[in-house]
Amino acid sequence: MLHDALLMAGKDLRIERGSRVVLGQILPFGALVLILFGLAISPDLTVLGTDRRSVLAQVSPGLFWMAVLFSALQALNRSFAVEAADGNLDGLKMAGLDPAGIFLGKAGTVTAQLLVLEILLGAGAFLIYGAPLDSVILLVVTVLFATTSITSAGTLYAALGSGLRVRDTLVPLLVLPVLAPVLLAATLATDAAVFGPAGDGWSWALLLAVFALLYVGIGMLAFGPIMEET
Amino acid sequence: MNDTTSSRATRVLGIAALVSLAFSLSFGLIFSPPEVFQADSVRLMYIHLPSVAVAYSCFAVTLLGSIIYLRNGSTFWDLLAGAAGEIGVLFTAFLLISGSLWGKPTWGVYWQWDPRLTSTAVMFIMYIGYLVVRRLELPPDVRSRRAAVLGIVSFVNVIIVHYSVQWWRGLHQGQTIGIDTQLDGLMLFSLFLGLVSFLVVGSWLLVHRFRIAWLEHQLSAQGMERAIAERRAEGGFGLSGSGA
Amino acid sequence: MSGPVDGSVVHLVGAISLIQRFPALAGVDLEVRTGEIVLLRGPNGAGKSTLLRLCAGLAPLSNGVGSVLGHDLTVREQRRRVRRETGLLAHQTFLYDDLTVEENLRFWAAANRVDEGTIEPVLDRLALAGRLRDVKIAGLSAGQRRRASLAVMVSRRPKLWLLDEPHAGLDQAGRDFVDDLVKHAVGFGATVMIASHDVHRATDLATRTVTVAGGLVEDEGQDPPEDRADRSAASEHINPDGTDPDSTDPDGADPDATGPDGPGPGGEADSDSTEQEGDRDAS
Repeated sequence: MLHDALLMAGKDLRIERGSRVVLGQILPFGALVLILFGLAISPDLTVLGTDRRSVLAQVSPGLFWMAVLFSALQALNRSFAVEAADGNLDGLKMAGLDPAGIFLGKAGTVTAQLLVLEILLGAGAFLIYGAPLDSVILLVVTVLFATTSITSAGTLYAALGSGLRVRDTLVPLLVLPVLAPVLLAATLATDAAVFGPAGDGWSWALLLAVFALLYVGIGMLAFGPIMEET
Repeated sequence: MNDTTSSRATRVLGIAALVSLAFSLSFGLIFSPPEVFQADSVRLMYIHLPSVAVAYSCFAVTLLGSIIYLRNGSTFWDLLAGAAGEIGVLFTAFLLISGSLWGKPTWGVYWQWDPRLTSTAVMFIMYIGYLVVRRLELPPDVRSRRAAVLGIVSFVNVIIVHYSVQWWRGLHQGQTIGIDTQLDGLMLFSLFLGLVSFLVVGSWLLVHRFRIAWLEHQLSAQGMERAIAERRAEGGFGLSGSGA
Repeated sequence: MSGPVDGSVVHLVGAISLIQRFPALAGVDLEVRTGEIVLLRGPNGAGKSTLLRLCAGLAPLSNGVGSVLGHDLTVREQRRRVRRETGLLAHQTFLYDDLTVEENLRFWAAANRVDEGTIEPVLDRLALAGRLRDVKIAGLSAGQRRRASLAVMVSRRPKLWLLDEPHAGLDQAGRDFVDDLVKHAVGFGATVMIASHDVHRATDLATRTVTVAGGLVEDEGQDPPEDRADRSAASEHINPDGTDPDSTDPDGADPDATGPDGPGPGGEADSDSTEQEGDRDAS
């Protein structure tokens, strides 16, 4: 299983190295979303009684995770478009790769790509929205578990849509409601990590950890039945 | 198979549904008194809470059917899971409508970021996704398998969404929005009646929806025989093998 | 119900395969034994590709009896073994557009748990070892992709070869190489099923011809002698000096290439074959 996971991940990373879709297209897309949020919510709006902190800075954790979610949808789409291009899923079935391994490999690659994207976007959000930073550890833990949750649930649902002409429209409909609690928990935990007090955020980070474990588990179990016949 | 989806048992169930609904309506609207704080809007509760019960029961049936289908590939449980999903979505819509109707006089707005309302809305969309997957253009067994996976995962999600949203609002407001409700005996009885009648109505709908699905399944099996005959005719040598 | 006999590689009785709700295979009876080279012929849409995919364990066996290499196609675990032990050269290449030829071959070798050393000779023989090695699949011509796809299939060393139009899009050398590979594989105990419209080439190669039409299979056994003579005469007429028959096909503007419906009721094998020539060229 681990062999197959590493094989798939290595292959997907090599494809990214050759095509630069995530770095060259999805990352700028995410940055663009962040900027557009800034335009939609005027940076001049301030909240009374909060040291004249701008509304934009106040809601930046949520906006950041929304941008990550949108980018994640794109990255997941790309991840499965690669397999659908020339019947490659059939090839994987013929090779008899372990479905759980395929799941881990594909989810792992998207996780790695998303982490890079989050670091860059996060730095951007930090600059654009002018948010402070209270607890680095909480932020790192939150980012790790939230990203794993998004990619594991996302990979599972992207596979549910694989081989379909309506995949592009179906997958967001299926995956976004599921990620609602992740968005919620990630936003609140990030909020606590950025504005403090960090103590408030740890329970949300814990929820994210539970969610990540749950979805990695479900994905490994469910990938077999989904992949079996397409 | 007869040409209707009813049988003696379902007719009895149907009549029971009508009678219990009539009772429930008369108690809910006439016999039970208005509540101290909410006045007459409390009466919405007599259909709102029963809708919750039916919706959740339906999704539980979908969960059960999906698990059994994945274990043994039984068409019966697959179709039952699908039928329950549809009835569940119907009652969830009912739930959202009655909830926001209640919200207007109580909160002054139709929509509040109330934990229950929010998580119900997410659940509603989640199960719409389930119904979409059930209608995908896929080979029937592939579609059923994907739907079953979704039927299981969605139920887990409902629980997660519910608690996380509740926790979220709980932390922010200190308490969930709502008004203490004081129920006297007659009001409790009306609620109980509503629960019974909605469960009966729900199961009556479920039975019929399931039977329609079952008949469709058999029809497509018959259509399949014709499709196979047509397909063979394309070849020109058919079963007898007279070509070339 | 009859089970497969010894030496049976493909054993199908009343096999029905549904694609979506369409019965692509509508009750196929077919028996293929070890070492055979079976040619599947038939018009477009007859079910040849689905039959090959069924034998590869990819298309579903919706009804009927089916076993491949002794594994029951209706049992999930055994179907997995069928997939591992068969090789399918399909219309789809199973290659990643954004990877080079070599990267693709290395990935699939590792996925198929084949020693990477075995891919070098295959690359060599398929004329992919030179400049093409480091070219992305997206930058290859159709014929070159087909070679790469063939290289992956060959390196799997399958027991049952399922070739869907193996000659299509290949040049003369490539076609010869396919034929050599097939003979070589059979020499090592493999069994081959070929779906082809290139009747001249494929009949010479095949030990048995089977006609597929309307999702059914008609076993012709050995071609009738007079039919065979006719065909080789025709082949000489078209192809007097051994050039590629398709490039100089006088039937290029074939009036027979009327449509995908194939032979009408009682269509003869001979008129059949010219029609398929036209089909093939059109594709």
